[in-house]
Amino acid sequence: MDDRIIDRTAAGLAADIREGRATSRSVTEAFLDRIDAVDGEVGAFLHVDRDGALATASEVDAALAAGEELGPLAGVPVAVKDIVVTGGMPTTAASKILEGWIPPYDATVVERLQAAGTPILGKTNLDEFAMGSSTEYSAYRRTANPWDTARIPGGSGGGSAAAVAAKMAPLAIGTDTGGSIRQPGAVTGTLGAKPTYGSNSRYGLIAFSSSLDTPGPVARNALDAALLHEVISGHDPRDSTSIDAPVPPVAEAARSGASGDLSGLRLGVVEQFAEGAGAAEPGVLDAYLAGVDQLVKLGAEIVEVSCPSFSYALPTYYLIAPSEASSNLARYDGVRYGLRSGDDGRRSLEEVMGLTREAGFGPEVKRRIILGTYALSAGYVDQFYGRAQKVRTLIKRDFEATFEQCDALISPTTPFTAFKYGERTGDPYQMYLADLFTIPTNLYGGPGISVPVGLSDGMPVGLQVMGPVMGDDITYRVASALESTQDPLLADTAPEIEGK
Amino acid sequence: MARLARLEVTDDELDAFAGQLDVILESMQTLGEVDTDGVEPTSHAVPLVNVFREDQPQPSLPRDAALAGGPDTAEGRFRVPRILDDEE
Amino acid sequence: MTKLSTYEAAMAAYEPVLGLETHIELDTGTKMFCGCPTAFGAEPNTQICPVCLALPGALPVANRAAVEATMKIGLALNCRIAEWTRFARKNYFYPDMPKNFQTSQYEEPLCEDGYVDVAVDGDHYRVEIERVHLEEDTGKTLHVGGATGRIHGATESLVDYNRAGIPLVEIVTKPVPGAGDLAPEVARAYVTELRDIVRSLGVSDVRMEQGSLRCDVNVSLNRAGDAWGTRTETKNVNSLRSVERAVRHEIRRQAALLDSGEKIHQETRHFHEATGETSPGRSKEEATDYRYFPEPDLAVMEPDREWVERLRSGLPELPRKRRERLRAEWGLGELEMQSVVNADAVEIIEATVAAGASPTAAVKWWLGELSRRANETGVELGELRIGPEQVAELQGMVDDGRLNDKLARQVIDGVLADEGGPAEVAASRGLEVVSDTGALEAAVDEAIAANPDAAEKIRGGKHAAAGALIGAVMKSTKGQADAGAVRELILSKLG
Ligand SMILES: [Mg+2]
Ligand SMILES: [Zn+2]
Repeated sequence: MDDRIIDRTAAGLAADIREGRATSRSVTEAFLDRIDAVDGEVGAFLHVDRDGALATASEVDAALAAGEELGPLAGVPVAVKDIVVTGGMPTTAASKILEGWIPPYDATVVERLQAAGTPILGKTNLDEFAMGSSTEYSAYRRTANPWDTARIPGGSGGGSAAAVAAKMAPLAIGTDTGGSIRQPGAVTGTLGAKPTYGSNSRYGLIAFSSSLDTPGPVARNALDAALLHEVISGHDPRDSTSIDAPVPPVAEAARSGASGDLSGLRLGVVEQFAEGAGAAEPGVLDAYLAGVDQLVKLGAEIVEVSCPSFSYALPTYYLIAPSEASSNLARYDGVRYGLRSGDDGRRSLEEVMGLTREAGFGPEVKRRIILGTYALSAGYVDQFYGRAQKVRTLIKRDFEATFEQCDALISPTTPFTAFKYGERTGDPYQMYLADLFTIPTNLYGGPGISVPVGLSDGMPVGLQVMGPVMGDDITYRVASALESTQDPLLADTAPEIEGK
Repeated sequence: MARLARLEVTDDELDAFAGQLDVILESMQTLGEVDTDGVEPTSHAVPLVNVFREDQPQPSLPRDAALAGGPDTAEGRFRVPRILDDEE
Repeated sequence: MTKLSTYEAAMAAYEPVLGLETHIELDTGTKMFCGCPTAFGAEPNTQICPVCLALPGALPVANRAAVEATMKIGLALNCRIAEWTRFARKNYFYPDMPKNFQTSQYEEPLCEDGYVDVAVDGDHYRVEIERVHLEEDTGKTLHVGGATGRIHGATESLVDYNRAGIPLVEIVTKPVPGAGDLAPEVARAYVTELRDIVRSLGVSDVRMEQGSLRCDVNVSLNRAGDAWGTRTETKNVNSLRSVERAVRHEIRRQAALLDSGEKIHQETRHFHEATGETSPGRSKEEATDYRYFPEPDLAVMEPDREWVERLRSGLPELPRKRRERLRAEWGLGELEMQSVVNADAVEIIEATVAAGASPTAAVKWWLGELSRRANETGVELGELRIGPEQVAELQGMVDDGRLNDKLARQVIDGVLADEGGPAEVAASRGLEVVSDTGALEAAVDEAIAANPDAAEKIRGGKHAAAGALIGAVMKSTKGQADAGAVRELILSKLG
């Protein structure tokens, strides 16, 4: 099995390519072939760009042959969540309203991938406009969890997580607004990292909730994720909310964590996460606690901390995100791009806009637009959006206070493992609970990582590490140390999908 | 709300939404319990101030590329159905 | 047909309260939130990019020059510059607005609490400024299939987003009571003053005809001692003259309604240039809910005091001060200067003086003969086909004795008819004053011979009788003689 290209890590493939043991073209081809073989069963991709990926691969090979110095991931292919704008390649946000749209520009993240010489394999599936926790709200296809194809791959970035879990890509780009990188990572046994908000560019990331959206890496281990993190991060003058400061040294932290020494590190566990309806189910808790034991064996000290405002994180999130979304999604009106519906030559523009949005948006998107429209409407904005922004401050203060007592916080990534299709679509609130442990980090803006920690009934469980703002390196160090206790890596033990 | 959001919604959808939104709104009401007097709002991880660009022109899109995504275009412009009359 | 009171009757019964909301497009090189150029008159949809076309994923970055220009306007209007300010989203659907929200400012405008002083008929009014804020313009919609490009009856529309995202400064006055029957003139004087201030700052070309300055006019009426009445908002009044007409019309229309016991509806109205009337906009069952909230894609602004003071000390001489200086330099009385201002002739007179004419002559031409010509043809002074240099040249010919006033007016006819400059017209139309003494003497001798009675009276000391002889000489020379010179010649021959 070790001789298969698709089993190797991104760091290993990059070294093979750099040192002439493999070509980018052969590596890229191997993953494209894997997609051909198994994606019929998994359904991770909405679009595969074989020609584009191979063209980039050949360019990298030629550049290396010419003796050029390239970046640390040169030649290693990447899959990109289909909410990131790719010039000349269809970009849909998994919505009917953008069906057939070919963007005339590239997201900053995509420009950086291109500059780093990473071939783009294609675009991965997601919940429409990243609104969901199961990828069931994609307008196009269902994505299976490679561990059990009757189960969901998490969401919204289920496509990116499933692509990496099923070894159709060594690396993928996700976006995280309330847990959309970390929660799919946890339920597919992959590693997903949400960087500090503002430490990488949102330019070209189709907006869901502007003050929460963050692009980040998906991989099978911490070092691979860290290498991709460094490729896409850094200040971008096209994003006014982008932080003009050096990127935290995450690759270095992942390497040092791999030594398995966490002595002197204090990890906080949040009292409030153990309470109430949202507490983790027993199997998840067992796997998580076993992981905590491992961290203690590596030298970490565990301290209990209290974050009283975390109890309000979910309602705070469901005010802010839909409010911003209702405004961000107003532009989809059938005038400048995308779907137009109901234009029979007689109807007014106002009617056609309404019909276009009715036909183009799915139920979860509509639900959140209506919720956000309501929350922002006259007489409610102070009570809802304004108040939620203030509760955000309290949540931020809770984080800041805990980081006086510890270096990072840990928790289960999600309260439950991957559920079966359709189990929670009828009850949005039950679906929203999937993000209970990930949402506080988004509201605060700090980094969060989900690292595979164990299994519950054969399904993967993730451990989340939450760091202080711009303290992304600490989260990688802890994740990498935990991985050092796994042989083989949990992420590499997914059942084989045979495919075609 | 649906009209304000320019959403045509079917009656079935409306029925389903109404119940679901009630549950969500109920959860949101709990924010009323929180004492936020004198608390400043937060919107970004690192609060940034005075982020500007200089007044230097950048290339615009070629017109063909700008219009290519449009569902209907004519005479170099985006064509839309008649707009409801604002004048009597 | 709208019922109207006479203006006099309306003013006898009611007191008007004004409010003015002005939008000014800045002439920065690039748009408010992207690097697209802002040139006027470009081919449709050639100045758009992912940001101003609101493509999915695009993000705004604020233009520093636009923020500075807004602060300069605020400072020139005596406003306080906010220490902390931010943008907000104003959400509503309209096809010429790509994001279906306008990035604007809401509770935290960049500039607040200023004033503008204006003078009308020797009285001074202080118009207080509520706020000056920064936002972005919308695209332009062409209505097809209806009459003359109007939205009414159109079957479809075509949208050009070149203008979408151009920085727009909104200037809102506090309510202006107390102007009485001069309200229409005060409204016009305020917009004129605002335009001149902004023009002096060099941050906008403030051309109403190109839409770079647009005005909404609020008017309400109340009986003396009563609370202020319900106001109407007349949108897009796009010339100085129309501002005055719109206010006058609303006063007359509202007075007629109030007289007959009807209520005024709070509504937006449209002004019609052709008739000078206003008509109601689509009645809205409920006020539009803009769902304002802070723009999460932009950073807050904290203009530091050093920045503000640097801008303040860099302000140019403002129109009011400049007018004081020019009034002194030109030796005009206050009322005379006000006439110059009201005729919008300050700059043109200044240019005429700069081209060599005396201030007295420049004022005389522009406020007299040329204002009359402009009125006759319904254009502004600046639009006449004669400019400051030509007027100065004309006056030079008068000073040299080559033209008299009558001839000069004929030269103006020629210049306005595009026959060339004053010298050219004088030459081609043969309008020079006869300066050949021999020819003049012959004409005088001829006139004396033909009018013996008048000649006799002059010899007898009645110099007033010279008029008849002068008239005869002017007639025989077709007006091309200098009347003063003729008189002297006659008196010397007969005296
Ligand atoms: Mg405005
Ligand atoms: Zn632009």
